[in-house]
Amino acid sequence: MRLARHLPVTTLAAAIALAGHAQAQTEITVATVNNNDMVIMQSLTDAFEEAHPDITLDWVVLEENVLRQRMTTDIATGGGQFDVMTIGAYEAPIWAEREWLEPLDDLPDEYAVDDLLTSVRDGLSLEGTPYALPFYAESSMMYYRKDLFEEAGIEMSEQPTWSEVRDWAEQLHGSQEGVAGICLRGKPGWGENMAFVTTLVNTYGGRWFDEEWNPELTSEPWMNAIEFYVDLLGNYGPPGASSNGFNENLALFSRGNCAMWVDATSAAGTLNDGGESSVADNLGFAPAPVAKTPKGSHWLWTWALAIPASSEHKDAAKQFITWATSQEYIELVGETHGWTNVPPGTRASTYANEQYTQAAPFADFVLSAIQDADPTDSTLEPNPYTGVQIVNIPEFQAIGTQVGQSIAAALTGDTTVEQALTSAQRATERTMQRAGYND
Amino acid sequence: MTTRHINAAPPASRSRQIKQLVLTLVGWAVALAIFFPILWMVLTGFKTETAAIADPSFIFSPTLESYQAVNARSGYARFALNSVAVAFGSTFLALLIAIPCAYAMAFLPTRRTKGTLLWMLSTKMLPPVGVLVPIYLIFRDVGLLDTRTGLIIIYTLMNLPIVVWMLYTFFKDMPEDILEAGRMDGASTFQEVFYLLLPLTLPGIASTGLLSVILSWNEAFWSLNLTTSKAAPLTAYIASFSSPEGLFWAKLSAASTMAIAPILVLGWMTQKQMVRGLTFGAVK
Repeated sequence: MRLARHLPVTTLAAAIALAGHAQAQTEITVATVNNNDMVIMQSLTDAFEEAHPDITLDWVVLEENVLRQRMTTDIATGGGQFDVMTIGAYEAPIWAEREWLEPLDDLPDEYAVDDLLTSVRDGLSLEGTPYALPFYAESSMMYYRKDLFEEAGIEMSEQPTWSEVRDWAEQLHGSQEGVAGICLRGKPGWGENMAFVTTLVNTYGGRWFDEEWNPELTSEPWMNAIEFYVDLLGNYGPPGASSNGFNENLALFSRGNCAMWVDATSAAGTLNDGGESSVADNLGFAPAPVAKTPKGSHWLWTWALAIPASSEHKDAAKQFITWATSQEYIELVGETHGWTNVPPGTRASTYANEQYTQAAPFADFVLSAIQDADPTDSTLEPNPYTGVQIVNIPEFQAIGTQVGQSIAAALTGDTTVEQALTSAQRATERTMQRAGYND
Repeated sequence: MTTRHINAAPPASRSRQIKQLVLTLVGWAVALAIFFPILWMVLTGFKTETAAIADPSFIFSPTLESYQAVNARSGYARFALNSVAVAFGSTFLALLIAIPCAYAMAFLPTRRTKGTLLWMLSTKMLPPVGVLVPIYLIFRDVGLLDTRTGLIIIYTLMNLPIVVWMLYTFFKDMPEDILEAGRMDGASTFQEVFYLLLPLTLPGIASTGLLSVILSWNEAFWSLNLTTSKAAPLTAYIASFSSPEGLFWAKLSAASTMAIAPILVLGWMTQKQMVRGLTFGAVK
């Protein structure tokens, strides 16, 4: 009788409790790119959801260029489809200026914001306010085959120069069957060949624009740098170098087809893993080569997590991005996936961790390359932009890809270097004029 | 003399045989060239990432490593279900609209019918990216972003011109006397369409439907741009395995094989009807 009398009340209370629980569950949509570090982050969903029982994660994983286009459409139209976006150092200041991103200036003390590497943090800030938190950062450096260097009696310099690299490439090209003297990016694209080419131009003393935003692609440093690049890669590179990007060169180097390779520090983990690379035992590391100036000779790229202003779940999103970019997360990855798999380049504490430095012999090179790279002072002559291998203006994607195509045409011999740079200069001038930089 | 006459094939017949042999060889060569990328994709799915980037070879130790990695990472079933719902849903809707439309154009033409047909086809010439932002804004305002309904509407609109054109061609080839006979027996327009036209042109309708399913299944631009996770079909699933940084060929191939498997099976099962439909009315 008592039970029967109380049953409706109990049922109602249970229903309210369940409804309350259902309402408290916040689902956030996280858009991210497909690479090893992000796949690990996705695999640790349960760890986050256990620590934050009121939040569930929904993942959208896409290829980098597809994701960039997808996110730009959504954020520019205020679509509100994503609560967390994975953006690069290129987008962060541009999107922050347009007020498309949520400012992240009130981070909790336990987040240890001062532990973030200064150059990385600054690259994601606008006027001192961070708009994205760094998930991992990379620079560029040189990988080389120690066995081939020893056989040829070459000793790697502490800071190699490009003229030394040319001599070594000439000496080592074809020293074994199928071995190219050097592998470099040749595939056209602002994030492909132009990432490398811009660092080469920087170290040759060039810049994209003068202080009045006039393009300088036909200047002497550009001519010298591109003549050098075409000669080096054309004569001592692998066959079909103009279609090789990061992945193709990673495959070539890990199969033993390159004596040297200058590219992203993020390749170090794969190349150092005997299961994935046949040259792991003979792998040597060196800083990126320099020519006239060390300024801008190696790039700085960051993948970061940001909250779009159109998100309806900003608090939950903030809890997630502070967790995924925290020291605690880095330790969790080290313990569950091994220390070579922790997201590198973001926190000083990662490089103070003995377990990490023992597992990753390349850690010192990566740290010093990232610390040295200064996006605000990347060229010999002063410039009006921020970025080492990028110019963070919205027009740069189109400009970079177009110039990249001209340079690839020079590499394949379809045009001369002079013709390629003259046409690139004209195209850049047109784009900049249309955008209203210089009339 | 007589024996020689019996054994030797007439010159005309021999040349026909040679012609047939050459045509068969050419047919096989074209079929193999078309099928080779699919075969290579299936094989790559059974390789390790290291073997996938090594010098191309048919000899390797097969492994299910990539399939395991792909299944561990994302819910294939959810994406597949979305693909099925969206492809069949949009095809059903397109046929529902296109059958009466094609009937009217084939049997009750006006002065503007030809112009309308050409105009419908011309909408296919507009690059989809040109209308992305307006459609995105409309979908945002009416709450259709990341919904199967939204994708069904877009795919219906996308395939409608082709579906109407194909049905119009099939209906035009149908002898009008049969319909007239039905009309004389007192059949209404609905009965005429339902009991005479549809049964007689069923192979054509089936192959049109199948083509619409295939086009919707393979569509990537709209599905990538209008969905995030809840309504994302298999094209979005494949896109999640591609990357400019890192080794991914084996996993991408495994994911692609899993994505095309259902439609490949459907294609094999219905190839007779498909060929019959596509050649329907070719010879009267």
